[in-house]
Amino acid sequence: MKSEKLTKVILFLSSLTILLVASGMIYSLAGGSVLAFKTFGIKFIYTSVWNPTEGSENYGALAFIAGTIITSVFALLVCLPLALSTALFIGEYYRDKPVSRIVGTMVDLLAGIPSIVYGLWGFYVLRPLIVDLGLSPQGYGIFTSGIVLAIMIIPYATSISTEIIKMVPNDLKEAAYSLGATRLEVITNVLIPNARSGIFASFILAFGRALGETMAVTMLIGNANVVPESLFATGNTMASVIANQFGEADGLKLSSLIAIGLLLFIITALINAAGKFIIKRFS
Amino acid sequence: MTDIIKTGNIRAAKNKAFAWIVAILSFITIFPIVLIISKLIINGYKQINLAFFTQVGPDTMEAMTAVSGGHVIPGGILNGIAGTLLMVLLASVMAIPLGVIIGVYLYENTTKRYAAVVRDVSDVMQGVPSIVLGLISYLWVVKHVTHGYSALAGASALGIMMLPLIIRSTEETLKMIPVSIKEAGFALGVPYHKIILRVLIPTGFSGLSTGILLAISRVIGETAPLMLTALGSRMVNLNIEQPTSAVPLLIWEFYNDPNMVDLIWSSSLFLMGFVLTLNIISKRIAAKSKK
Repeated sequence: MKSEKLTKVILFLSSLTILLVASGMIYSLAGGSVLAFKTFGIKFIYTSVWNPTEGSENYGALAFIAGTIITSVFALLVCLPLALSTALFIGEYYRDKPVSRIVGTMVDLLAGIPSIVYGLWGFYVLRPLIVDLGLSPQGYGIFTSGIVLAIMIIPYATSISTEIIKMVPNDLKEAAYSLGATRLEVITNVLIPNARSGIFASFILAFGRALGETMAVTMLIGNANVVPESLFATGNTMASVIANQFGEADGLKLSSLIAIGLLLFIITALINAAGKFIIKRFS
Repeated sequence: MTDIIKTGNIRAAKNKAFAWIVAILSFITIFPIVLIISKLIINGYKQINLAFFTQVGPDTMEAMTAVSGGHVIPGGILNGIAGTLLMVLLASVMAIPLGVIIGVYLYENTTKRYAAVVRDVSDVMQGVPSIVLGLISYLWVVKHVTHGYSALAGASALGIMMLPLIIRSTEETLKMIPVSIKEAGFALGVPYHKIILRVLIPTGFSGLSTGILLAISRVIGETAPLMLTALGSRMVNLNIEQPTSAVPLLIWEFYNDPNMVDLIWSSSLFLMGFVLTLNIISKRIAAKSKK
């Protein structure tokens, strides 16, 4: 009997560690960013200066917040038709057929490619292509990094959407077919309405992934600390400014980078919590 | 009547067109993976030789003379391979036992309010960007434990990343084990800890190892958190308190050095091959256990 109690206590204490790590993370990020928020106040969030010159140091996160959201939204818009089609291909049109297994495996492979390899591919293959097309003189920018981000998040959106589409009961679909509906009509009137919230959630989770991507974006976005003016302009994201500027940072600059990390943490946590909440309510 | 036939034709045509669009867009989706892998193989294979696995990275001058003479760049990525293995091993030691135990806890307490909180927290942790975990490990380990960039700091960042993945995969695996197996153990009077160690974990072993391998393959290609914590090293370093290289860190260094560009493809090919092998093994294990 005693050993049973002991086991339970050990299990419980272990479960505490993840709560400790999570709250410790918030505590440390908040503690590290106190200096930045004390110096700049709430202005830190909505100004876009980034001036590391000693004596007149001035930092604001707006350029990076804007860059992060614009690249991720663009990536999501590119990813949406592709991932949805692939999910329909695997989960509906060629369900349980060998070809869908091949496509599914290849999409899974996309998830296995390290971020830095995507960055290299974007730099050496996609960027010259964009220069050749005359879309931007250097090939860097929101557009290039957004395309690569879209490819990177496709597997996340596809795998959950496929599961959700497969979960739609067959008798609902068969009822529509028996009324003479075509496959397209079944998809738009039965499948999508039934799987709507799950598909929506899968794209929210994919969006969350895009927000936090670092290496591929750093290599392609051009690292200009300004609010991007167009789709082909250069910019910077929260994750990539941390990676870029961290090496030489201390004092106020370090604190500002940590503050950006805190903001990124909060945004992604909220996005993920929303996605998980929708999935939970759906299933 | 003709109207009905007409609308019927339009509907059929729309249906067909949509099927084509789906097929074409799916093809476009899988196209990048073909492009990326072929690019890695075409550009990377010629640098892969014995020295690639047994020597440390060359310096810029050596690489420059080799490239201008038309030779392959001498040296290899041993420092990166050793560092990656060291840090992944350390991260595994930190994350696997703890993750499995917490997973067991969640499985045993499905309905408790507190367990739901733990579950939600680990779900949120799964979505934390890796660069933020790098910052955390910098603040905790680099600043206060090793007082400098170190393998331990890199491993901590990777370990925090692995932990929620292992927790959730353990819980999902255990959920699939029939309760009767556990109950049979209790009926025989087997103590609780022995049921966990001798019944639950062995029964779910293949699922657990799949989850662990997938978690490792997720962190092995991480670059950003290591830039903030492990920094990199020219030499093979097995001291956990010293800066350490890793394969993705080396790729980043090669990328930034115009003379070493030829090495990025072979290193990426190696890294990618490693990740894919882990993925394939874990899928094999999962497929076997389903039979």
